[in-house]
Amino acid sequence: MSDVLTVEFFSSLLTGAILAGMPLLFAGLGETISERAGVLNIGLEGMMLFGGYVGFVAALYTDSSAVGFLAAIAAGMVVALFMLVFCVRLGLDQIVIGIAILVIFEGVTSIAQRAQFGTTYPRLDRVPDIKIPLLDRIPVVGDSLFTQPLIVYLGLGLCVVVWWVLKHTNVGLSLKAAGEKPAALDASGVSVIATRSWAVLITGGLAGLGGGYMAIVGAGIFVPFMTHGAGFIAIVIAMLARGKAAWVIAGAFIFGIAVSFSTALQITGVSVPIDLVNMLPFVAVMVALILFARQSVLPAALATPYKRGTL
Amino acid sequence: MTPELLPATEGGPGEAPADDNGALGRRMAGWGVSLFQALLPIILGMIAAAIVLLILGKNPIAFYADMFGRGLFNWEGLQDSIIRMSPLLLMAAGLIIAFTANIWNIGGDGQFLMGAAMVAGLGPALMESTPQWVAIILLIIVAFLVGGVWTIVPAYLKAKYTINEIITSLMMSFVGINLANLLIKGPFRSDETTVPQTFVIPYEKLLPDIPGTRIHVGVILAFVVVLIVHYAMTRTSFGMRLRVMGANPKAAVHSGISVFWFTIIGFFLSGALIATGAATEILGVWGYVRADWNPNWGLTLFALVFLARLNALATIPIVFFFAIITIGGHFACREVDLPDDFILVFVGFILLFMALTEYLTTGRIFRRMPGDLIAIRASQRRGAGDE
Repeated sequence: MSDVLTVEFFSSLLTGAILAGMPLLFAGLGETISERAGVLNIGLEGMMLFGGYVGFVAALYTDSSAVGFLAAIAAGMVVALFMLVFCVRLGLDQIVIGIAILVIFEGVTSIAQRAQFGTTYPRLDRVPDIKIPLLDRIPVVGDSLFTQPLIVYLGLGLCVVVWWVLKHTNVGLSLKAAGEKPAALDASGVSVIATRSWAVLITGGLAGLGGGYMAIVGAGIFVPFMTHGAGFIAIVIAMLARGKAAWVIAGAFIFGIAVSFSTALQITGVSVPIDLVNMLPFVAVMVALILFARQSVLPAALATPYKRGTL
Repeated sequence: MTPELLPATEGGPGEAPADDNGALGRRMAGWGVSLFQALLPIILGMIAAAIVLLILGKNPIAFYADMFGRGLFNWEGLQDSIIRMSPLLLMAAGLIIAFTANIWNIGGDGQFLMGAAMVAGLGPALMESTPQWVAIILLIIVAFLVGGVWTIVPAYLKAKYTINEIITSLMMSFVGINLANLLIKGPFRSDETTVPQTFVIPYEKLLPDIPGTRIHVGVILAFVVVLIVHYAMTRTSFGMRLRVMGANPKAAVHSGISVFWFTIIGFFLSGALIATGAATEILGVWGYVRADWNPNWGLTLFALVFLARLNALATIPIVFFFAIITIGGHFACREVDLPDDFILVFVGFILLFMALTEYLTTGRIFRRMPGDLIAIRASQRRGAGDE
């Protein structure tokens, strides 16, 4: 083992963990917000894919990753509008609509990619890294943790903002009430529908950003179905994090490490079958669920549409 | 509705026939509503998908003509659609058992592919060493068990710790999809092909066809299983217990039903039937499995079965329609040079409109409905009152 556990190994493990973890972080954070408000977003992966596609195209034509990220956020919100209208406003079944959104946008991004680029996959320029002075000189972690594109630092900052909003503001309290006891929120004069509506929109934006990160920073290209179940892993992370933003960060990077572990092994010359690589994060989720089985608590009114007088 | 049960105040004997006609009319209206409920989402879905086709610069009329021409109005294609119903019906039957017990088995694709990989991996060698029928029965049993075993972890976590099975079964599904690939590229890999796949079961050893057609007998098996599941769910104490558990776990505990074991058994049967569907597809159509083969039917069927309100008989026409879309849509997509993924968009739109139609016809918020839909809802209510 001694020849495997080298500096390059750990360095690429950390870099890979951030690369794979950031989309999970954004999407997981989004799902946390919407689950808190009582909306289960099974279509998260569809939002990520559409965000990834639109963000990629925008970045390709404007030559700016910032425009790409903004477009990705907008695209995710457009998909979230479906959830908003059908599930929050009309109260249709969240799981059925979630699956519908997922398959529609899997298909839409695939045919749009094909219609636009045929079988070629244009590549974006690498997004420039920003080194944090001094910290980037720390051995092993300096090159990986503190030499990242701007969006990574912004993303981590966003986590802090979400944590603060959820924990210390009235808005966070309203969100929680919308998920746990919507009738109480209604009685206190705050609209459940409105609360859930903006929660779903923010979720869409964050999931779109996650997909955009995947395409613009992570891969540099857009490939149909490139999310590979990341949206579902993000849902699991959100469920395990029980609405706590800090746990979403931890979860996202633990799964990021699971994804990047085999890539890092390959750098040191150990070859691993691709299917095993793809399987690892899901095995990790199952292990996590078995170990922390009793700790996953969901909001009481999750996946239940709100109608006055029913709860 | 029998005349004896009519209240005496409803009129003299002379009026009875008229009243019967009214009942018949109302029942017809009820059927009309059902038909309307079934067709409307399909028509709306076709219109929405047609708009997407127009945006892509394709001719939607030609596309639909190809799709239905190939999948329905063509003897060869119709047979293909009916053959396709075999795995779909078995999967639907498995999902119905799970949903009846309020078990959200969303991991059908993993159970399906694990079954397929095991059948195609063990099949060729088994066919050489044992008589055809013994081998076929053994392989179906293998698939049944593999699919069932694949649900045990999610079932246990749900039964013991009430962990949401939507997540666990989905995770197991992704593990299963990748594990099936590992098996096909590893121990089951044929050394006769460059593309990784399993050895091939010779065509003459596959499931025999119904005489005069290309339709294999697995389709009959699928129909029989659907009927058995329908009977079991609606007419037996086993189905009753599953339904009680699904509707109200607390009531189930109080009436002496072991929620733990019924969760395990319901989940197991669900996965087992889904994998049996894979067995009929491999033993009836392919004879082998290629690496990275994943028809991805699980999620869509999940939603379709749900919208059939867990009625096994009602899923038959829905599954037939879905089979036509997958068979005819594949052909139509190739004709206009679109990726097969366009079918996903089409199916997604139909799901969306099915949910919407259900909402409008059973309407939860009365005042928001257009006037004529209120009338339909009222007639449906009267129709329901007759039952």
